[in-house]
Amino acid sequence: MKHRAILVVAGLVAAGALIASISVAAAGTSPARHAALTAATVSPPAVPNAKAIRKKYHGQQITFVGDNAVGNSHVRDMNLVARFQKDTGIKIKLVPHPAASDAAYADLVRNFASHSSSYDVMMLDVVWPGAFAPYLVDLKPALGKQAKLHAAGIVQNDTVGGKLVAIPWFGDFGILYYRTDLLNKYGYSSPPSTWTQLDAMAKKIQAGERKSNPNFYGFVWQGNAYEGLTCDALEWLASSGGGTFIANGKATINNKNAAKMLNIVRGWVGTIAPRGVTTYTEENARIPFDNGDAAFMRNWPYAYSIGQQSGSAVKGKFDVTVLPHAAGQHSVGTVGGWQLGVSKFSKHKAAAIELVRYLTSAAVEKYDAIFNSNVPTIPSVALNPAVRRTNPYLKPAIAKVARVTRPSRYLRGKYNKGSQIIYQGINQIENGSNANSVLPRIQSQLNALLR
Amino acid sequence: MSSTQAEAPPAYRFRRRRRSGLERRKTRIAWLLLLPALAVVALVAFYPLGVTVYQSFTDKSFLALTPTKWIGLKNYFGPTGLIHDTVFRDAIYVTLKFTAITVFFEFVLGMIIALVVNSSFKGRGAMRAVMLVPWAIPTVISARMWQWMFDDIYGVINDALVRLHVIDHSIAWTSVHPLATVAAVDIWKTTPFVALLLLAGLQVIPTELYEAASVDGANKWQQFWRITLPLLRPAILVALIFRTLDALRVFDVFYVFFGNRADTQTMAIYNQNTIINGDVGYGSAISVAIFLIIAVFVVIYVTFTRVEEQ
Repeated sequence: MKHRAILVVAGLVAAGALIASISVAAAGTSPARHAALTAATVSPPAVPNAKAIRKKYHGQQITFVGDNAVGNSHVRDMNLVARFQKDTGIKIKLVPHPAASDAAYADLVRNFASHSSSYDVMMLDVVWPGAFAPYLVDLKPALGKQAKLHAAGIVQNDTVGGKLVAIPWFGDFGILYYRTDLLNKYGYSSPPSTWTQLDAMAKKIQAGERKSNPNFYGFVWQGNAYEGLTCDALEWLASSGGGTFIANGKATINNKNAAKMLNIVRGWVGTIAPRGVTTYTEENARIPFDNGDAAFMRNWPYAYSIGQQSGSAVKGKFDVTVLPHAAGQHSVGTVGGWQLGVSKFSKHKAAAIELVRYLTSAAVEKYDAIFNSNVPTIPSVALNPAVRRTNPYLKPAIAKVARVTRPSRYLRGKYNKGSQIIYQGINQIENGSNANSVLPRIQSQLNALLR
Repeated sequence: MSSTQAEAPPAYRFRRRRRSGLERRKTRIAWLLLLPALAVVALVAFYPLGVTVYQSFTDKSFLALTPTKWIGLKNYFGPTGLIHDTVFRDAIYVTLKFTAITVFFEFVLGMIIALVVNSSFKGRGAMRAVMLVPWAIPTVISARMWQWMFDDIYGVINDALVRLHVIDHSIAWTSVHPLATVAAVDIWKTTPFVALLLLAGLQVIPTELYEAASVDGANKWQQFWRITLPLLRPAILVALIFRTLDALRVFDVFYVFFGNRADTQTMAIYNQNTIINGDVGYGSAISVAIFLIIAVFVVIYVTFTRVEEQ
């Protein structure tokens, strides 16, 4: 009898602990998600030809591996999927992919390697089409005309061996977020144009703000050992004469300018940036910035709409511009962005293609740009006044910045491994290793991979 | 596995005796009853293991689409093989360090907790239940929870330590002390498990022994060293085997905390990275190596238990 009582107590306590832990985990993401629900000012467009689609594919079920569950992206997916489902009668199971894009990559590798039909439509990072091409449906017959609407460079990226294996959904490039109120307060009339200026401004603002806020930092970015760091590092290097990791099939990362810039970055960690920046992903950087605990942030455009939402501590107090550069060099932004592809193993390819047709249409891109401040891949959408108003990074002074691409065209199927070599090495530099000793090793590992 | 080892001695003696007809029939029935279980084990354990060993002799790749070739021992001893792989060497080192730290602390703390909840006091039942809470939480969730608690800006640990004036400024725990933070999470989570195993061992020690000892004038300390510890030995070995083998294949806590950070790659993380990057052949070779490393520990422990028994 007594034993049973103990078991019951144990069970209750364990269940309580589970619930508590889940709510703790959820509490970490809830502010953004909660605010996102009130941020919607536009609604998803209707599906064209809905009647004809309904007639043919009504009742079929497809799985869409969409955006991660942070920020507004997953909410956008839910809204669009709900609309498509209502209009066409095609049932869609929406699955958010992991927040770190290399974890999302790993998930797709497992899916394709097992020839699984459980994913029909999937989001693909701009650096993946080369690796996944053999497992993706050629969309040219069905969506070739629609692809012509999109920026030719990205369509080129998504065309592998003459096949259109994916179609652009939204673009991305790295930009600098800065606090207009703080720049004003400390006597700066414009954002920094060089890394040296950023360093000086961040130091001064941080020193001043620390008096009232001990957790204030000058600059935050994506410093964790993951794909995001490869993107950030590409910007540091390309904006300071350090090249783009690989050129003409040979690794170039081991050069003087790259080492100099990366050692400057190493100096930022623990001074103008939190020591913990070496574990930050996009959201780890965005949260302190939106809480008013950072003066500058490097991030993608998605953070803009969240920062301007009610509930953000910096609403109306920040602006965006191009990233700084080294003296005598020019600013750059790493090309990011996502494509949609259809799995070769899908059992409902035709219905899946209809979903892709809807999601990559001009009307949906406009909705996405306004709702989630993503970069449209259709040039005419980027010129739309409503889109321009909500997305100030689309003004020519920023949008014209030189775009740099990660070396996926040299590494193709080996890109993930190559990127891993790069970001693990850069992360070690951030954590205190001298760039002069790390870069030669990255260079030889990359060259071994390219052989 | 553990219980069969604990019960091994009678089986031993049994085998050395001459068997009667009845015993032989009993044995046959036992094998018959075991057959389904053995078939399942063969299917889910030996078949995948065999495939992995086979693949480790090939250059199989996920995404390359070139036909797989037999390359013999190249994955192990070739110029780019395992024996020259410094990343794997670092991963072994990280894993062994983690194992040593966590198993030591989990054992010491687990022993203390087991002794406490074994003594009779008010609320002992509730205490035994509460003690299991960390163990009941799935690792990924508890790792996320601790990650927030260790957060460099908003973490509750920094906040508490700063308020208590233990430190004067927040520390980026996961960046600066990576191994210590994951070890702390693992110790927090698994100490209850060790305590539970030891508690089970404590409960079968007859109280008469202690009564006799105190009549003979032995103090508590002497009782612990001369009675508790020797009689607890089987339970201790089981706990150590379980924890060591578990710690050697650690993946979840490290993956949640550090992703692919280079200096915190455990053997299992490096293994999954290699396979995800497409190198199934080489990844299988790593799997086999991990299997052998863990096997070494099993052999050490099993020999130790056998010696104990004789």
